[in-house]
Order: sequence, then C-alpha cells, then structure tokens
Amino acid sequence: MAADSQAGGRRQGAASWWYDPKIRAIAFQVAFVLALIGLGVYLVHNTLINLEKRNIKTGFDFLFNPAGFEIPLTLIPYSVEAGSTHGAVFIVGLLNTLLISAMGIVLATILGFILGVLRLSNNWLVSRLVGVYIEAVRNVPLLLQFLFWHFAVFQSLPLVRRAIPIFDTVYIHNRGLTIPKPIPQPGFMLVVASVFIAVATIIYLKKWARRRQDATGEQFPVFWVSLGVLIGVPLLVSAAAGFPLTWEYAELGRFRFTGGLEIQIELFSTLAALTVYTSSFVAEIVRAGILAVSKGQQEASYSLGVRPAPTLRLVIIPQALRVIVPPLVSQYLNLTKNSSLGIAIGYPDLFNVFGGISLNQSGQAIEIVAMCMVVYLTFSLLISLYMNWYNRRISLVER
Amino acid sequence: MSEPIIRIEGMNKWFGQFHVLRDIDLTVNRAERIVICGPSGSGKSTLIRCINRLEEHQKGTIVVEGIELTGDLKQIDNVRREVGMVFQQFNLFPHLTVLENCTLAPIWVRRTPRAEAEELAMEYLTRVKIPEQALKYPGQLSGGQQQRVAIARSLCMRPKIMLFDEPTSALDPEMIKEVLDVMVELAETEMTMLVVTHEMGFARQVAHRVIFMDEGQIVEQNEPEEFFYNPKSDRTKLFLSQILSH
Ligand SMILES: Nc1ncnc2c1ncn2[C@@H]1O[C@H](COP(=O)(O)OP(=O)(O)O)[C@@H](O)[C@H]1O
Ligand SMILES: [Mg+2]
Repeated sequence: MAADSQAGGRRQGAASWWYDPKIRAIAFQVAFVLALIGLGVYLVHNTLINLEKRNIKTGFDFLFNPAGFEIPLTLIPYSVEAGSTHGAVFIVGLLNTLLISAMGIVLATILGFILGVLRLSNNWLVSRLVGVYIEAVRNVPLLLQFLFWHFAVFQSLPLVRRAIPIFDTVYIHNRGLTIPKPIPQPGFMLVVASVFIAVATIIYLKKWARRRQDATGEQFPVFWVSLGVLIGVPLLVSAAAGFPLTWEYAELGRFRFTGGLEIQIELFSTLAALTVYTSSFVAEIVRAGILAVSKGQQEASYSLGVRPAPTLRLVIIPQALRVIVPPLVSQYLNLTKNSSLGIAIGYPDLFNVFGGISLNQSGQAIEIVAMCMVVYLTFSLLISLYMNWYNRRISLVER
Repeated sequence: MSEPIIRIEGMNKWFGQFHVLRDIDLTVNRAERIVICGPSGSGKSTLIRCINRLEEHQKGTIVVEGIELTGDLKQIDNVRREVGMVFQQFNLFPHLTVLENCTLAPIWVRRTPRAEAEELAMEYLTRVKIPEQALKYPGQLSGGQQQRVAIARSLCMRPKIMLFDEPTSALDPEMIKEVLDVMVELAETEMTMLVVTHEMGFARQVAHRVIFMDEGQIVEQNEPEEFFYNPKSDRTKLFLSQILSH
C-alpha cells in the first residue's frame, strides 16, 4: 500500500505536493502568518490615518501633562493643585489595584480555607449551609454582587452625622469608616527597621533550629518563638524610642468629621464583593485538596507514633498543597482582574482612573489601553512563571 | 513465662449500630507469631487496628506492653511507638523519598539526629534488600518494593510488636514472595507479629498460632498443623475448604 501510493505520488508529479502532510502544514502556517501581518498593517495604517484626521498626536508625552481631576484614594502624594500628571494617575491607579487585590487575596484565602474545612464537617447542617453559600455566591454574576454590597449593604449604613461610634475612636457610616490617623514621630523609622530585623532573625532562627535538630535531634518551638520575636522586637524598639507614633482622633462636627482618616466606602464594597466571591472558589479548591490526601496517609503516620499536629504539618498539608496551590494561584489572578469591575461603583483602580478618566481627558486611547493591557498581562505572566516553577518543584516523581 | 505483651479481655466494638467485634479475648506472648484469618468483613482489620488505637473500642480492656489503651492521648502515643503497622495499600508518603519515609518518625518522634536516623534507615533498607532505592520516591518503585519499604519504615521505630493487615493482598502474584520472604526473616528475629493474611503457606511456616474469625468473634484458634488438618468448628471447615480450593 505505502509503496504503491508513493509510486503513485511520483507518477502524478506536480499535483502531489498538495497531499504531503508536511508541506501542507507549512503552507497553512505561512498563509496564516501572512494574513496576520496583513491584518496588522491594515489596522495600524487605518488607525494612523484616523488619528491624523482628528489631529490627535500619538506617543506617551501625555503622561507628563497635568491631570485635572481628584482621586479619592491615593497611596502616593497626588493633588490637582500641585499639577500631578497622568503618569501619576497611572501609578495611583496601579497601586490601588494592587492594594485591593492584596487585601482581597489575603481575606479570600482565610475565609475560603475556613469554609472549605467547614464544608467537610461531619455536622450535616454546617456542611449543607456552607454548600448552599458556595453555590449561591458562585452562581450570581460578580457585577451584581458589587452592586449589592455597594448599594444594598454599605450605602444603607447611617449618615455621617449619625455615624455608629466604636469606643469613640472609630466611626461607621454610609461614606465609609473614619479611624484615628497615625502620625509618625521622629524615630518611627527605627520601628519600621526593627520589623525587618525581626523577619531576618526568624529566617535565621528557622535555619538554626533545623541544623540543630539534624545534629542533636532536639526540637525547637520555631513557630511560637517566631511569633514572639515578630511582636516583641518592634514593641521593645518602639518602647525604647518612646512610642514614636501618635494618633489624631476624628472629631464629629455638624455634618462631617474633622481630622482622622476616612477610608471610603468604595474600598469596602469592592473588597467585600471580591472576597466573598473568590472565597467560594477557594473553599471548593481547599475541600478538593484535603479530600485528595487519603485517610491511609494519616493512619500510616499515626501508626508510626507521629502525633496529629506534626502529621498535619509533615504529611497531610504538603500533599494537599500540591493539589491546592495551582488552582488557588489562578484564583488570585482572577481576583486581580476582577478588581477592574470596581469601576461600576467608583473604586479608583487602574482601569477606572487611568483607563477611564485619563483616557477621556487625553484621548490617547491606544497608548492607555495598551498600558493597561501590559499591566494585566504582566500579572498573568508573573503568575504563570511562578506556577511553572512551583509545579516543577513539587511534582510527584512517578515511574 | 513473663507477662503477655498484649492482653485483650472482653473487648467489644461497634460502628454506630453495627456490632463489629464481640467479646474478644486474646493474649499474645512476647515473640509469639499469630496469623489471623477469616472471611472478608469478619472484623480482622478492625481487631488489629484496635491494638494501636486506629480504631477505638467501646467495651473491655486492651493492654499493650503494660499500657492500657484508654482515651489518654499520652498512653496512645506510647503504645503507637511500640507497635508498627503494615497496610494492604502500603501507604508510603509519596512526597518523600524512601529514605525520608524511613527517617520521618525517628527524627520527629524519637528525636534521633538525622545522620543516625539515616544510618538506621539504611540498615533496615538493607534488611529488606532495597538499599539502592533509598533516594527514589515511592512512585518509582514496584508494589513489592513499596511494601518492603513500608516494612522497613515501621522497623525504623524499633517496635516491639508488628501488625500486618493483608500485606500481600494488593500485590501482583510475582511480588508476593519477595514480601513474604522479608516477613519470614523478620520472624526469625523474635519479633512479636500479628498477621492478617490468607497465605496459608506462610502461616504453616512461621505462625505459632492461627486464629479464625467470623462475624466479629474468634471462632477457633490452634497451632497451624492442628488448625489446618483438624479444624473443629463447621465454620472453620467451610472457610478452609473455600480458600484451599483456589
Ligand atoms: N469505619 C467503618 N465504619 C463503619 N463500618 C465499618 C468501618 N470499618 C469497617 N466497617 C465494617 O466492619 C466490618 C468489619 O470490617 P473489617 O474489620 O475491615 O473486616 P475484615 O478486615 O475482616 O475484612 C465490615 O462489615 C465493614 O463493613
Ligand atoms: Mg481487612
């Protein structure tokens, strides 16, 4: 057969190359790339012509032009009077996105782990209730949840002048949360530095405890001592420096607070929506991870005389994490991307202030959209890189 | 004769409503080797799992090495250190190398320095004839090799008693012998052994006593020769005719 068709191919001559799978594959790829280049050239050409018609300059010069609008939440100094630029808007937005993502990731992880464990509870009612919560939260569109938290929950809190006081220092109201404002005094940097010193000490302590155990078999309560160091060292240093942090308390005037620090409601709405939504996915991931470690692993460890706590730490968790971490990290990425939905309720993240207001003011749509895309793409790539590294590090060696 | 190493008196266990073990009385002497057999579901696994408290009994007493098993966690720890167990499904830790599987408990329970624990592990891995696999992961080994690692891992805690729950049932036929050989050699070291198995050749060769269980009770026990050639109860006869006809 094979010999036949080859001979036949030769006989038919010129027509036969079309039936060679290798040549066909190459031909299709070349055609595809050419079409892609053609489309790209057309798009760029078309855009340039349109921009020229409307007299819009291309390029990134606009980043140095002043942006004439206020942003309610800024982690770096920013003000219209001082002539902060669109470049500053970009940084402010980026930091706000990172801030909400970091807080959301921490809270969603904690809540998700708790829910995931409760979902496995032997208590029928608890496990059913958590199951219903997870299903409900997962299946309601996220945008709706943003609106729910913002309009139905946080905006229905009392007005500012009827704010709910907690110990007369923190006030809850429908514009957010008013807390005392920390004011660093001279010497505060010492305290900050001492935190880093404490962390370094803990890393060293872990290594030392391990080396000592290898050599002598003696165990060391690393966790509790680390906790002590982390709290104790900064505390001692700030005591020695005379507690270089004072608080400016908020005073409730007739309609608004003077002094203090107001954290806007948009932050809470966004945080609540992202946390609750993502926690339901995290819960399912955690549940699957724990179920993936067989009962036999725990029994084997117990039968060797290893107690429950070290069994969890040395046998169960390392195996559960293999199953948990990859999908967990992709949920973190989702959360970061989903934070751009905060635009619906006015959370000033990158997509809102830079991709929205800056774009409208400057008209530099292509540059701005490209910058936003690069940012989100960078998050994705960093996370993929990390995932690949982690998977390679932990993958089980099989035959 | 010295004090028995295991003493079980009037022991009963329920899974919810289900009465799995009924009035078990069993005394095991030091260096005694016992084979437990019986139909599937008769409670053999549950019985030996009560000895290291993987299962909790509800009535009666179990005393191991002079330590009574009650709810006291300290006592349970002490018993588990003296009792090793080998499972049908091996239950090796897949994320650790063979060597790390063997050193985990000595390091974390006995507080042995790592170098010493590794030396001990290599000694037992040599005894089960796979020292060359020490740095591999369980997933890279055959079933027979994994079960031998599991035996070595238990022995590294230097237990006084070894429990085996159908150690060859999950193995391909050609691997059964390599595991049984290791167990026969272990028997020569005067280890106290309780083995749930249907390997009658092994029972004849090493057991001092064979115990037959059915429906949660010890129906009959005897020396291997008497047990196999002169069974007393009808249930034993029926069971033996079934397994020997295979
Ligand atoms: N955790 C458990 N919960 C409820 N029933 C169980 C449990 N473990 C075992 N059983 C039941 O107890 C009986 C005895 O089981 P087992 O000791 O494993 O028997 P064997 O090892 O002799 O085959 C079986 O009927 C089994 O279904
Ligand atoms: Mg069984």
